[in-house]
Amino acid sequence: MMVLGPIGFTAPWLLLGLVALPLLWLLLRAVPPAPIRRRFPGVALLLGLKDTEVEAARTPWWLLALRLLALAAAIIGFAGPVLNPQRAEPGSGPLLIIADASWASAGNWRVRTERMERALSAAEQAGRRVALISLAEPPVAQPTFSDAKSVTQALPGVLPHPWIGQSFDAATMLPQGNFDTLWLSDGLARPDRSAILSALQGRGAVTVWQSQVPVLALGAARIEDGALVVPARASAPPPSPREVAAIGRDPAGIERELARVPLDFAGKTSADLRFDLPPELRNRITRFEISGLRSAGAVSLTDDAVKRRKVAILSGTRDREGLQLLSPTHYLHEALAPTADLIEGTLDDVLTADPDVIILADMADLPEQSKLRDWVEKGGLLIRFAGPRMANADLTADTLLPVRLRAGGRSIGGAMSWGAPRGLAPFPEDSPFAGLAVPDDVTVKAQVMAEPAPDLVEHTIASLVDGTPLVTRAKLGQGALVLFHVSANAEWSTLPLSVLFPQMLERLAVSARPNAPEVADLAGQTWVPQKLLDGFGRLRDAGAAAGVPGAELAKAVAGPKLQPGIYTADERAVALNALGRDAVLTPATWPATVAVEGATETQETPLKGWLLALALGALLLDILAALALSGKLRGPRAIKTAALVSALVLTGITPPQARAEMSEARAIEAASNVVLAAMPSGDPEVDRVSLAGLTGLSAVLNQRTTVEPSAPMMVDLKNDDLAVYTFIYWPITADQAAPTPLEYAKLNRYLRGGGMILFDTRDADVAGFGEATPTGRRLQALAAPLDIPPLAPIPKDHVLTRTFYLLQDFPGRYDGTIWVEAPPADAARADGMPFRNLNDGVTPVVIGGNDWAEAWAVDASGRPMFPVGRGRTGERQREIANRFGVNLIMHVLTGNYKSDQVHVPALLERLGQ
Amino acid sequence: MNASPDTSVQALALRREAETAASALPPLLVAAEHLAATVQMGAHGRRRAGTGEEFWQYRPAHSGDEARFVDWRRSGRSDAQYVREREWQLAQSVHLWVDDAASMNFTGAETGRAARAPKSERARVLALALSVLMIRGGERVGLTGVAAPPRPGRAQLMALAALLSAPSGQQDYGTPQVAGVSAQSRAVFLSDFLGDLAPIESALGQLADRGVTGVMLQVLDPDEEAFPYDGRTIFQSMSGALVHETRKASDLRGRYQERLAQRRDALTRLAQSAGWQFSTHHTGDPAQSALLWLYGALGRGQG
Repeated sequence: MMVLGPIGFTAPWLLLGLVALPLLWLLLRAVPPAPIRRRFPGVALLLGLKDTEVEAARTPWWLLALRLLALAAAIIGFAGPVLNPQRAEPGSGPLLIIADASWASAGNWRVRTERMERALSAAEQAGRRVALISLAEPPVAQPTFSDAKSVTQALPGVLPHPWIGQSFDAATMLPQGNFDTLWLSDGLARPDRSAILSALQGRGAVTVWQSQVPVLALGAARIEDGALVVPARASAPPPSPREVAAIGRDPAGIERELARVPLDFAGKTSADLRFDLPPELRNRITRFEISGLRSAGAVSLTDDAVKRRKVAILSGTRDREGLQLLSPTHYLHEALAPTADLIEGTLDDVLTADPDVIILADMADLPEQSKLRDWVEKGGLLIRFAGPRMANADLTADTLLPVRLRAGGRSIGGAMSWGAPRGLAPFPEDSPFAGLAVPDDVTVKAQVMAEPAPDLVEHTIASLVDGTPLVTRAKLGQGALVLFHVSANAEWSTLPLSVLFPQMLERLAVSARPNAPEVADLAGQTWVPQKLLDGFGRLRDAGAAAGVPGAELAKAVAGPKLQPGIYTADERAVALNALGRDAVLTPATWPATVAVEGATETQETPLKGWLLALALGALLLDILAALALSGKLRGPRAIKTAALVSALVLTGITPPQARAEMSEARAIEAASNVVLAAMPSGDPEVDRVSLAGLTGLSAVLNQRTTVEPSAPMMVDLKNDDLAVYTFIYWPITADQAAPTPLEYAKLNRYLRGGGMILFDTRDADVAGFGEATPTGRRLQALAAPLDIPPLAPIPKDHVLTRTFYLLQDFPGRYDGTIWVEAPPADAARADGMPFRNLNDGVTPVVIGGNDWAEAWAVDASGRPMFPVGRGRTGERQREIANRFGVNLIMHVLTGNYKSDQVHVPALLERLGQ
Repeated sequence: MNASPDTSVQALALRREAETAASALPPLLVAAEHLAATVQMGAHGRRRAGTGEEFWQYRPAHSGDEARFVDWRRSGRSDAQYVREREWQLAQSVHLWVDDAASMNFTGAETGRAARAPKSERARVLALALSVLMIRGGERVGLTGVAAPPRPGRAQLMALAALLSAPSGQQDYGTPQVAGVSAQSRAVFLSDFLGDLAPIESALGQLADRGVTGVMLQVLDPDEEAFPYDGRTIFQSMSGALVHETRKASDLRGRYQERLAQRRDALTRLAQSAGWQFSTHHTGDPAQSALLWLYGALGRGQG
């Protein structure tokens, strides 16, 4: 490589081609542009005419200069110019290369490998001997120096590991003698770094290579207030925002991205990302990734902690008001509500919801035994609790019990019994409860008894101190039956009152683990890895990797013996992430005596692409100029050609658009008052009409109601925070561009947060619900990713018909029906009221094709811009259109206020009038 | 059928050629008829007594008039005898010369929205439309030369259409043929007149000697007028015989147009001296105006 100032050339001999440029100048100057041959009868008149201007015979100087520029750029480009080329290693003697090789260095591993290769090739040229040490995998024996070539060959085998650097004993693990050191740091602090550094400095010069890019990592996801929260950490505030993707399997089993959230540290080193997702989607997530970052730290695996199971709780007794603490399901509710999705209802209803777990509290005489049995055989977990009913029932026909029960049951420690209440025996080794501490205060006063049988012991997973089974379990098909021999309330035992109860439920995979697993949660079981992360953040099948004791896993510190990944035991799964729990990423600091490369060094930038692009652009311009000179660039074709060429040139150099935010002034303007907003349609004329329409509606509102909106605004979907808008009018044009996924996320958040969008296909709804018109089809395509509830044509008693004016139809320039959120199927008409009590809330969307904006639109002097209908009837229709607008805005602002009058008779009655 | 394969192949080829030839006839004639329909015919009697169809006057019979010429109905109303005289209507002979040289095949815009037909096509349509009008007016129309001597009647139109549809000649610029032009007849020259002027001059001289007057219409493409070229260009005549190379075509524009104007002046002077009329028509303009001018100019020249 030849170096000229800040620029180096990888193929400098090609620059000799520049010498030929002056020669080319002379050649090109002499050759006039190629002539066009034209057939022209008037040539007889031309004969004998001489050209007066002789200069045109030669190529003009600026065209020559352009061509030479193109050629020079091509020559220099092919000579491989590199800005800020990296220089070779100084020094002599043996060279030790130390690579941190942790997950933190995986993000730019290629650069590191290149740096090592460069050092190795320099060492090979200088005949230096080299040794390579990976701190993530410390050498077992003292390493020795070998020739650079063999180390180069071994280099592809050095890969980053999904854990941070292991402890390194400088005294025994460094090679003999004096040597220079190149240390490829991952940029994170480690406790023994200074010790190793001083040991290395004692042997020779130390050069440190460290990337300037901050290290980013994701921690374990947890659930907070119903949303998934993923903590993100950085060693320093990253300069540019990134995005985090939630990845999981779709219903077809194909892995895909389920959600995406921008990751912006906002100048800090930690940030919490919130994924507000429906439970079905949330349970599908298997991992989070910082997109575009290949590192084990950028991947956060999810486990049971973020999976919420659907649990159905049924009990045989009817709930009685006031006896909550005696209710057989109260403690189950208390234990499960925070961590599981509970379903209530009859057994039939519950089975259609396909729960993961069904808990039957004291139910004998199961009504739908065969159906329930099918469900269990397909993988359901049926947990039953005993109770007075079960004790007194004839259970011979009940096949959904893990063990046969003796009729009657027994009570201990009561007034009529012999012994004291019994405590629990420690859990056996093979029980799913193994490792849970048994509190002394758990006592059992009554229980149902199992019929002695040879396999009783096998089925027992918890027993009392006297050996009688407390919990029994049996497999049935792919599912399991579990019976607690005590009741689910505190009548028979104190078990539901104890902390053991939720722990046992969790062990049975009924409830999700609250957040970080404790030692007690995991201890006593062997956890088998299912999937393991490599250093680059790729998930691999663990294969036959050895299991890990739960106590080890609970420490949650990844290392060679405990690789990050998914570990399972029984039905439970625990994820171990590369970033330890509560870990903080501290950037590595180096003393001033050490030369740190990456920190000050500018990035090596190859200029070849830019120069070749310049050459290509110049040649394109040359085409235009040559065409213009030879007279071929005339007429409409010329304009087309010029447009094409300039478009080609421009697309190459368009800078990426900066990410903008809603400006503060705009946000204040939109939020300080009610503002009607219109969605840009991509058609300037439609946009102008939308704004004029909203101006007209605002004027009507100002005049007739207490709503006094400010001037309408055009939504800037990309930058605006939609929460500041009350109402969005969305005219659909046939060729409207769809919003991006991020913008859809914004719109969905807006709709969930009580906003309203009025979709207007402006096609007079000619084909029913927009089936065939181009705008109707576009609307379907545009609205598909939106969270829109089921829709129905507006019922006659919808609250929109009476929020301000009493209306029965909702015309704009056309008069078609409109669609709103469908009323609930069981809406009933209240006594004495003319309308049903419909949706509790505001319909998030109103869809129609009546072209309201044109009916509302007024010009600057307040006159209508478009005719509506004919004569007085048309004016009447415009008036109704305005009234519909007023009703709509009132509906947005007051919700179902007018529907509440349904309750007026009842209120009056209670007040005694 | 005992026809050998050879004869049947020949018959096929003959028929194909015949169809090809025939297919060219109707469009030209149809276009010409269409164009001619735009011109309203006017009477062009000689305004004196003679042989003809139209009544001119009654005059008293005098000696020498045969009895069968006496108009008895008029004579019955008075004592004298009257003879019915008819207007003298004389059929004119018109000779057309349509330049069929290669230069007439030029068009400045072959394709695109503003495509124009070549000059030759315009000239032929004009000539045939003029023939239609003339024949409708009872004149005799033919071509210069010996191929089609002037004849009246619609059958002559078919013959003219066939002759005018013939492919163009090979030489660059055409020269008018004056053989077969009868004395005191009329002649119409349709050409671009871009070639040598000498043959035209001599042809006009010969015709003037025979007392033939006529009309010259220069048919030009708009591009030949505007010369919208620039850049380095090699101009070739249509057959490629004449070549002129220029480095900067736009530089020639002014001088070309000057020469064209000179050429037009020369033609006008030539026409005036021979008692002819001269005008220029561009193929970019509608053909009706040119036809009207032709028809009017022929009418002006007579009687």
